[in-house]
Amino acid sequence: MSRAETQPYLERFRRLEPSAAEPTWLHGMRDAAIERFAEFGFPSPRLEDWKYTSVRSIATSDFGGAPPARNPFSKRDVAFSLGGDFHGRILAFADGRYAPELSTIEALPEGVIAESLATALAGRPACIEPHLGRVATWDAPEDAFVALNTAFLGDGAFVYLPRGAVVEAPIGLVFLGLRNGAAPISQPRILIVAEAGSRATIVESYAGCGPDAYLTNAVTEVVVGAGASIDHVKLQCESGSAFHVSALQAQQSRDSRFASHAISLGAALARNDVNARIDDAGAEAVLNGLFVASAAQHVDNHTEIDHAKPHSQSRELYKGILAGRAHGVFNGKIIVRPDAQNTHAQQANDNLLMSEDARINSKPELMIHADDVKCSHGSTIGYLDESALFYLRSRGISAVEAREFMMRAFASEVTRAIGSAPVRTRVDELVTARLARGAPLEIA
Amino acid sequence: MSRTSSALERLANREYEYGFVTDIESDSVPPGLSEDVIRTISKKKNEPDWLLAWRLKAYRHWLTLADAEPTWANVHYDPIDYQKIVYYSAPRPKKKLESLDEVDPELLATYEKLGISLAEQKRLTGVAVDAVFDSVSVATTFKKELEKHGIIFCAFSEAVQRHPELVRSYLGSVVPYADNFFATLNSAVFSDGSFVYIPKGVRCPMELSTYFRINAENTGQFERTLIVADEGSYVSYLEGCTAPMRDENQLHAAVVELVALGDAEIKYSTVQNWYPGDEEGRGGIYNFVTKRGKCAGARSKISWTQVETGSAITWKYPSCILLGDGSIGAFYSVALTARRQQADTGTKMYHIGKNTKSTIISKGISAGHGQNSYRGLVRINKGAAGARNYSQCDSLLLGDRCGAHTFPYLEVMNPSATVEHEATTSKIGEDQLFYCRQRGISEEDAISMIVNGFCKEVLRELPMEFAVEAQNLLGVSLEGSVG
Repeated sequence: MSRAETQPYLERFRRLEPSAAEPTWLHGMRDAAIERFAEFGFPSPRLEDWKYTSVRSIATSDFGGAPPARNPFSKRDVAFSLGGDFHGRILAFADGRYAPELSTIEALPEGVIAESLATALAGRPACIEPHLGRVATWDAPEDAFVALNTAFLGDGAFVYLPRGAVVEAPIGLVFLGLRNGAAPISQPRILIVAEAGSRATIVESYAGCGPDAYLTNAVTEVVVGAGASIDHVKLQCESGSAFHVSALQAQQSRDSRFASHAISLGAALARNDVNARIDDAGAEAVLNGLFVASAAQHVDNHTEIDHAKPHSQSRELYKGILAGRAHGVFNGKIIVRPDAQNTHAQQANDNLLMSEDARINSKPELMIHADDVKCSHGSTIGYLDESALFYLRSRGISAVEAREFMMRAFASEVTRAIGSAPVRTRVDELVTARLARGAPLEIA
Repeated sequence: MSRTSSALERLANREYEYGFVTDIESDSVPPGLSEDVIRTISKKKNEPDWLLAWRLKAYRHWLTLADAEPTWANVHYDPIDYQKIVYYSAPRPKKKLESLDEVDPELLATYEKLGISLAEQKRLTGVAVDAVFDSVSVATTFKKELEKHGIIFCAFSEAVQRHPELVRSYLGSVVPYADNFFATLNSAVFSDGSFVYIPKGVRCPMELSTYFRINAENTGQFERTLIVADEGSYVSYLEGCTAPMRDENQLHAAVVELVALGDAEIKYSTVQNWYPGDEEGRGGIYNFVTKRGKCAGARSKISWTQVETGSAITWKYPSCILLGDGSIGAFYSVALTARRQQADTGTKMYHIGKNTKSTIISKGISAGHGQNSYRGLVRINKGAAGARNYSQCDSLLLGDRCGAHTFPYLEVMNPSATVEHEATTSKIGEDQLFYCRQRGISEEDAISMIVNGFCKEVLRELPMEFAVEAQNLLGVSLEGSVG
């Protein structure tokens, strides 16, 4: 793509005034990142990883308008994102900036930190420096959006779990986009560091409203220490005119467990990258995903599980429901490195095409360099089971209801794997509402 | 483990059984590629002007592709110097051959070593063999019997002379000259190959077979095969190859085009056992082939069956364009990579017509430092209502330094389609091996049995003679292996 499209971002970067509270190493990282972004430009469909997704519409719009001076959101919007039963600490963000007035400061176990990244960068840079920008990669043209996020890195969330800490209630991170700003861009950065033996559920929820376009470009870095267990839920409910690009990279130590549940319901164009790197023996990665798209929505899911060390296992299940003229993409890569003996990897991608004009590109990949492994993948594409539909119809259930019923059943295989009950309930409610509405949801 | 690794070592280092060079005077053009070389090839073959024009069109297009040599495949090799390749080499014609007795005895001996003596074939098996030695057909048998049915089975160059109208209307109709880098190169310089035409309603009474050999040093082989099955006809075609051992890499960029009209069926089988290079990865054939079939008519059927055990690098995607309503495509493949062999192979199924069906069964076996990739595309176009695809791609790993990769692309644009893909990767089951050993079956035999079982779904698609050869080939290749 043409370099001209990066110009507005480069100029905005030059005008950026670094806060005095920030550590100086961050300035160096931002400089390096903007250089990479300037070099790469926006990813072109000529890159294999972007083959089916054109970001022209993002590249040619000038996102970066000033957010409204006054925070336009209320606690009701936060409740929409997480549901009424959610009783945990909530950090809320409006157009990418931390909004303390919308946040809920529930007490956390001793030593556990969940605060805005800007606060943490000012207050405890030493906790952040070893990890920030080192887990996610931004040195290849495929990662141009990560480089862009890093260049403008300023706010987001920092979650820290000390050794052995167990946080029962989920921690919620709510990102609200656009009520009346001018094409704003929100680039939150989330860093989750779980020390050995700790355990927590973290929910990232994105929602928006309004007829105008805005861009969310989020990056999440997760460090899962030895024996730690992180359940990560991402609920993407952006408005139908939004653009959503996100990348999550988890780095797993010995015997750790990382589970990602990525639910993608909104946005005109959504691109989700979820990558787990198993860096030590005995770790387990679970990547689950559900994407629902209709009208002209485009949703692209890229996942990569890198088994770099032996005795690890991974399970992956992505399900897509596509209606209208929607275009879905699934690309799942499983890599087993030469030393990673005794790897078990299972991957599945199932898709429903609900209309004549919907389409799907599915590309499950295996790259295996070790021999003592059991790896499999499967992919299916089709319509609802006609005989099951007939069964429901014959019992007096309307065609519309029967279809919705079956789509919900199809989706539930993904949602029911979410461990936290209040989160699962809210995800189910939103999925049901999304399927019934047949269009992206908006916060009221 | 050490016991099995040493067995593995033996597999990875097995000698190439068919390595020998036949010393026959070759009538070659100097190395290099230019319009003059193409004109020379065309003139030597006494081609009509339209064919020369087509070659030149391809050559001029190829020049524009200078930077477009494909790099996306999961294979690695040093850049090819296209100016070092000899683009034409033919055994010197002595005189018109009337019988096998007049064929160069050394050439016959070559076939003898390969176990495909023409005389034997002719007398015993009822297989018509159009032997391609380097680039020019030197003997064609069973012609009379085929002629009785109106079947045309001859060298491509002969078809150009005798059936120009058929060649002209189908040449490039499936693989156009601008299709891809290697197909374009082939279109410019192709030397010879086979041509088959099966008339309406005729069921070809025998398996048609061509043995290709690459012989003269530095000679790239640029075969061009065209098979046309007219309405309601049936043909089974076998292609098999071995090549002499050599140090320098040899490029093989063939093009195969199949056209099946309404209700016709073409079954195309390949056993490929070219020189894979030595254990350091030196030498060996670069097999960059474009094979594609068009199911042009309703209810037509094309199936590709391949057993790929040779070549240093294989880059090959036999494909089916399912244009006719209710047409059927199939791809059955066994690919074995040992030593430092690399294979990036698979298929493409384009579903265009309604109620089209395709089946893909791919079995990859990696040993030594071999890298084996399955790359396949299943595309269901918007109009392909009721399309159905089933793909299964299994990989077997023998040894901890090899790799098995799977890159399936599924592109579906019609909700009434059903597409299923599954793939597994694992090593030979210790328990299976133990079971066999416990019953007194040697480790080598046990591995051979298990691998043959793994490949059974593909091997049973081969015609009988080929199935035996293929099974032996796998057996030889896997002598004493696995971990």
